[in-house]
Amino acid sequence: MAAKTLTIDGQMISAEENQTVLQAARDHDIPIPTLCHLEGVADVGACRLCLVEIAGTPKLLPACVTRVAEGMVVTTNSERLRNYRRMILELLFAERNHPCAVCVSNGHCELQALAMNHGMDHVRFEYRHPRLELDLSHRLFGMDHNRCILCSRCVRVCWTIEGAGTKSVAGRGAASRIVTDLNQPWGESTTCTACGKCVQSCPTGALFYKGATVGEMQRDRDKLEYIVTAREKQQWIV
Amino acid sequence: MIATLARSKRLAQQPPVSRNAGDKRYRILETQMKRHQFKQDALIEVLHKAQELFGFLDNDLMTFVAQQLKLPPSRVFGVATFYHFFNLKPKGAHSCVVCMGTACYVKGADKVVAALERYAGIRAGDTTPDGKFSLATARCIGACGIAPAVVYDGVVTARQTPETSLAMVKGWLEHGS
Ligand code: SF4
Ligand code: FES
Ligand code: FES
Repeated sequence: MAAKTLTIDGQMISAEENQTVLQAARDHDIPIPTLCHLEGVADVGACRLCLVEIAGTPKLLPACVTRVAEGMVVTTNSERLRNYRRMILELLFAERNHPCAVCVSNGHCELQALAMNHGMDHVRFEYRHPRLELDLSHRLFGMDHNRCILCSRCVRVCWTIEGAGTKSVAGRGAASRIVTDLNQPWGESTTCTACGKCVQSCPTGALFYKGATVGEMQRDRDKLEYIVTAREKQQWIV
Repeated sequence: MIATLARSKRLAQQPPVSRNAGDKRYRILETQMKRHQFKQDALIEVLHKAQELFGFLDNDLMTFVAQQLKLPPSRVFGVATFYHFFNLKPKGAHSCVVCMGTACYVKGADKVVAALERYAGIRAGDTTPDGKFSLATARCIGACGIAPAVVYDGVVTARQTPETSLAMVKGWLEHGS
């Protein structure tokens, strides 16, 4: 496979030709924050947290869906990027309800961790405080739409790893929701195999095991990578 | 054990096609799908036809489409709710679509919507409980020159104000015409 040489944050690196900027950076331990990206699942560029600057384009580009190119000069951590990332995080917090202190994912939440890493000590936008439903109809899992950031990870694991197609994003804009089948209660879904991959994939406290209480919801992301590697490479790396 | 459980659940959900065997519209819809060789990417065209035939898309109809195109129901629901064009509930006897595109908005379409919402006691996108009136909004209907434009029962009408639109809708609702 042809190699491409590019510069990320002043460091010359070589990457495989169809790698994304994110993969190339991570291979060289250059951190880029992400939220909708999930190892092993197709990227959609939904959260915009991984935006980077690329010399020669005025636009900021999402590293998770931008392919490397010969001679590319990438900046992953400028003042401008830090400002935008912080703003994106604040908007996510303002959009739905994220009271960490009473959340099942407190202490294990990707949104919370990112906010702390970006020094987000307050939110400059008005909170929308929507009243969203809580679906506890499934015998094993629960979904709290108040915590959902619409990253669509659960939808993508459900479609591409489990293959069941139970979940989807319905509606548009601020009214978007994650639904099961034809928007019936999760417990009544005829397609859900109760595999729990969506619960493993969720970055926040939106999807959880029933019975988990504050701060108890820890996820085992390695399980997802384990399955993907096994499927794609026929390698079972325990 | 688990296998039996899953199986009986599937059987419980009878394919709507057999339930509606007598309804000719399902056969017309099927012909339409055949024309698209039951291709999954014809979903939008098929939903258009379904709505044209039935007026709105209910769960049975969406399940039918999903089964015929071999798509998971969640995909059909996702697409049907993404486009404003599709209705999941029956439309009212009379309908009014206020254009909220840029030109119409600048000329005060928002005030028309607010006045109608207040009068009918529903939000845009909904139908009154008695099924008489549906209020909807659209994004630029291509009639910017006569902004703000409102479509009353399919007729595009120029330069509407809260007063003219209220008069029109009151006529429908209060005189039963
Ligand atoms: S439920 Fe979780 S994984 Fe699914 S879209 Fe919402 S935040 Fe993402
Ligand atoms: S991780 Fe790239 S857009 Fe979300
Ligand atoms: S904005 Fe209303 S018709 Fe174009």
